[in-house]
Amino acid sequence: MPGLIEVNGLAKYFGRLSALRDLRITVPQGQFIALFGRNGAGKTTFLRILAGLSRPSAGIVKIHSSEPGSQRARRVIGYLSHNSALYLDLTALENLRFYARLLDLSFGNSALEERIARVGLAGRAREPVRNYSRGMQQRLAIARAFLHDPSLLLMDEPFTGLDQEGTEFLKGYLNEARTQGKTCLMAIHDPVIGYALADRLVVIEKGVVALDLARQSISLDEFQGRYRTLTEER
Amino acid sequence: MLGKIWAVFRKDFLIELRTKDSLNAMLFFGIVVLVIFNFALAPTRDSIREAVPGVLWVAFVFSGTLGLNRMFASEKDNSCLQGLLMVPMDRGIIYLGKTLAAAVFMFIAEAVIFVFSLVFFNLTVWSEIPWLILVFFIGTLGFTTVGTILSAIAVNTRMREVLLPLILFPVVLPILVNAVEATGIILNTADYSALKLPLTVMSTFTIVFGTLAYLLFDFVLED
Amino acid sequence: MDQLKQKHLDAVLGGLLFVGMILALYMAFLGAPRAKDTPDTLGDLQRIFYFHVPSGIMGLTAFAVNFVASLMYLIKKDRKWDSLALSAAEVGVMFFTIVLVTGPIWAKPVWFVWWTWSPRLTSALVLWLLYLAYMLVRGYVSDPERRAMVSAVFGIVAFVDAPIVWFSIRWAATNPKWRDLHPSAMLETGGLDPAMRPAFLTCLAAFMILLVYLIRRRFFLETARVEMEGLERLTDLTH
Repeated sequence: MPGLIEVNGLAKYFGRLSALRDLRITVPQGQFIALFGRNGAGKTTFLRILAGLSRPSAGIVKIHSSEPGSQRARRVIGYLSHNSALYLDLTALENLRFYARLLDLSFGNSALEERIARVGLAGRAREPVRNYSRGMQQRLAIARAFLHDPSLLLMDEPFTGLDQEGTEFLKGYLNEARTQGKTCLMAIHDPVIGYALADRLVVIEKGVVALDLARQSISLDEFQGRYRTLTEER
Repeated sequence: MLGKIWAVFRKDFLIELRTKDSLNAMLFFGIVVLVIFNFALAPTRDSIREAVPGVLWVAFVFSGTLGLNRMFASEKDNSCLQGLLMVPMDRGIIYLGKTLAAAVFMFIAEAVIFVFSLVFFNLTVWSEIPWLILVFFIGTLGFTTVGTILSAIAVNTRMREVLLPLILFPVVLPILVNAVEATGIILNTADYSALKLPLTVMSTFTIVFGTLAYLLFDFVLED
Repeated sequence: MDQLKQKHLDAVLGGLLFVGMILALYMAFLGAPRAKDTPDTLGDLQRIFYFHVPSGIMGLTAFAVNFVASLMYLIKKDRKWDSLALSAAEVGVMFFTIVLVTGPIWAKPVWFVWWTWSPRLTSALVLWLLYLAYMLVRGYVSDPERRAMVSAVFGIVAFVDAPIVWFSIRWAATNPKWRDLHPSAMLETGGLDPAMRPAFLTCLAAFMILLVYLIRRRFFLETARVEMEGLERLTDLTH
């Protein structure tokens, strides 16, 4: 059965710089992958290509047998980067209403307010997002990115900059997504959180997949050890 | 689809209403241009009225370019453009919504700048106003159809504010030429039938480039 | 076509160009009859026409090549089309520079002004600015793939704009106010004296060869540079 995501020979250059060289990976539906790697290893580039925000220089990428960036792929994807993609001068409600309109979702105010409450921001729906803390903005960003209930979640270091409360919230949110059978690729720095949430641990190094293990096959300490070795060699 | 275009427009309009960032700058700049021209031109009454079309449109174009610069610069904050790009819709919709917003902002600025020019240059216009509105409207629309896509190009470069006028002005010259001529025809002759040609050229320009930009917009977007 | 054949073709073209140019120079300065000493042409000065007009025609041809190459790049996404577009644009700007320089050289003795806002010259100026803008766009985008994409769009916009520019300027020039301010502008050359045709055609042919030769050379230079980029990419990885 073909995977939800099929990547073969993916390469991405920026002139002389190779961000990705020859990336191969197949992701079946419902799997939760934690993506590790040093800064600049290619995690962000990879996620952006999957989201359709960046075009591959070479190789084949398929999402549900469609091209990334096609409308079909965009319909099933929710992308969350460390920038919130929120309009600071609009309220939370206005931000979501705008996206609901573009996504053809017939959400009335009450439905939108319910979504806002779901991410723990009830009562602050009518404030300009400018007044929110970073953690609150991130939570609203989650509500925005996943407004259309996508089955494939792509997240680029979502835990970075979150406070304790925000981190707990996101962990709970992702665990729930997992039980709902959603597929998830998450780039992450913290191996403890990544290990706890994921089914599969993937390390990208020098533009290729350097390590690809089922979480169950390795302990956290072993994984951290191997990761350290991989990324330390020069 | 029309609803989505309207949603994009409404979003930009709402933000502008709250912050007034663009409009203030556009108005101020346009009026300053008028003042500078007052010093630059000879003050005889006849020659002023002849120069007004050119002065007006220079003020409009400079002011409009300021507004265009902001069109996509504001989407770069927080990577808002990324959010828009992830929506499963035809990306040309973003183009149309933004062009509409740019045109409306520019039109508002033009109205105010025009009123100031009436005062500064002691002009009396009454019956000419509907015609002027028509010319301003079509000229502005033509200007923003090209301006929006070029702004999207310029915003991702190293020198975005500088690059936009440099690449925009040569392309938009036909609009400028025809708009100045048409405005001159209205203000200085009463020969409204002569307006047919410039209005046709400007409309053709708008339709041709509006369609072209809509089709090519996806190639230009990136965040 | 392989490397060797390309080199041969280049040599042949180069030789043809050399011969063609000598012939063109001969025809323009000696072969063609001397123009009458009218206020518009001033005898020998008219000979500049043989370089001014073919440059304009070849410049336009170069821009047309840029248009097609830009379109093809957007369709095929093959870097070679982008290299061709760049080469064509540069050569086109060069030809138009010749037009803009020879224009005033002709104008000054005849009409005592360096610049005439004649429709043709003004349009040439705007087209020159348009393709300079194309070069500017390329200059400010650092990522090669994005640069190719974005400049292809601009190249298409510029070329679609060109006829509208030409038409608008010509129409504006019929405004009586314009005529009063720039009397010399209305005096463009009319038909060509049949006796001058052989010289003109020779120059046109020589410039055509020049166009092809220069675009080819620039194209190969650019594709070599792109190849270098790819090689540097490989060496970057092995450290």
